[in-house]
Amino acid sequence: MGADSSLRNRFERGLNAPICLTWELTYACNLACTHCLSSSGRRDPRELTTDEAKRLIDEIAAMQIFYVNVGGGEPMIRRDFFELVEHAVAQKVGVKFSTNGTRIDRVAARRLASTDYLDLQVSIDGADADTSDKIRGAGSYAAARRAMDHLKAADFGPFKISVVMTRDNVDQLDDLETLAEAYGAQLRLTRLRPSGRAVELWEELRPTRLQNRELYDWLVQRPHVLTGDSFFHLSAFGEPLDGLNLCGAGRVVCLIDPVGDVYACPFVIHEQFKAGNVRDAGFQKVWRDSALFRSLREPGNPGACGSCGSYDACRGGCMAAKFFTGLELSDPDPECVFGHGETALEARRVALRPRSSPDHSRRVPVIISAR
Amino acid sequence: MFDPSQAWSLSPEVSLRDESFGALAYHHGTRRLVFLKSAKLVEVVTCLDRFESADAAIDAVVDERDHPRYVAALAALAASGIISGR
Repeated sequence: MGADSSLRNRFERGLNAPICLTWELTYACNLACTHCLSSSGRRDPRELTTDEAKRLIDEIAAMQIFYVNVGGGEPMIRRDFFELVEHAVAQKVGVKFSTNGTRIDRVAARRLASTDYLDLQVSIDGADADTSDKIRGAGSYAAARRAMDHLKAADFGPFKISVVMTRDNVDQLDDLETLAEAYGAQLRLTRLRPSGRAVELWEELRPTRLQNRELYDWLVQRPHVLTGDSFFHLSAFGEPLDGLNLCGAGRVVCLIDPVGDVYACPFVIHEQFKAGNVRDAGFQKVWRDSALFRSLREPGNPGACGSCGSYDACRGGCMAAKFFTGLELSDPDPECVFGHGETALEARRVALRPRSSPDHSRRVPVIISAR
Repeated sequence: MFDPSQAWSLSPEVSLRDESFGALAYHHGTRRLVFLKSAKLVEVVTCLDRFESADAAIDAVVDERDHPRYVAALAALAASGIISGR
């Protein structure tokens, strides 16, 4: 999905409807990943009802949003999960959902495989149980692999394996690629953002500068590896990575959370980036008219990055990464490839970094049963 | 292979959404998203099914000197399955 710069400028002024709409179906989760960007765990009692969720899907269809990225929490925990998926695909709203795989047994895999316009990604955070379970919890890697086995046996087709890149798994890139190939799956790598529970461990878990360089070089040679456009800050290393290479928050991207709150992107679940709620006057009204989204679509101020020759390559990086590390939005990305972010971090004005507003974390250990 | 002397149309699996720059085209089968980067190109694509050839559809919408550019744009759309022969 390449785009020239004039098109990118148009995107920065916003679209009639998002291209990439993420909808977290529930905050409930049977895992407790240490880096969870939505601080999920417990179900929120105000969660959208089945009827409300269906009305939202109808509105998504009417806005000609072609597909929705469904996540959570663990979306398959919702008892109406398949009902909602079927309601969406019946209206040609494609569903791409993200799962930890624990609910994909033989029966579920067959049902998923028989549904059109459905795409899914199973999350792991390393090429082996030790590395992945350190983040996602004991038994989670084995559970994800069982899900992949079921999907393969059910002939689901090329599902995705989704990995958040950390200091511990950048060295496993080739192994991850081999694993994906063994399943006929597509590898999807995304950036560790300091959002949600990851605020706590981002400093220790994020790839080193050298690792980010290795990752960039690896990705440049593999345009078929999906990234959700999440490493555009690394495009300042040289030729741009495949994708739009811009921050789409409130412009081409947004998040609807389980209680219907609309945020500028999946990585800024915080009061400051809340645009409205779908329960008030519907999603379209929030997308088109919210003061927050209108301001995000104003021409950007390059701020401290304005004098850098690479601003056009990275556009100053990720808004969420800056916000949750206590930087100003006009500061460089904390992982700026030239190290300007490190300088900004050292000089950061906010002693206490912001926390994600809603926190649904559970405080009890997680046990994963075999399926 | 795209032959502009043949009859074409928007593929049945494709949805179009108008945007200020032109339109987004989404192929539900391949899940590919393609940008139609001008209103004129959108006009050409949406009127393909009313003409006996892609050439004729292009001529109905754009100046003759722009014709080759639109043939190239339609060839790219044919390659990604956004338009198909009929």
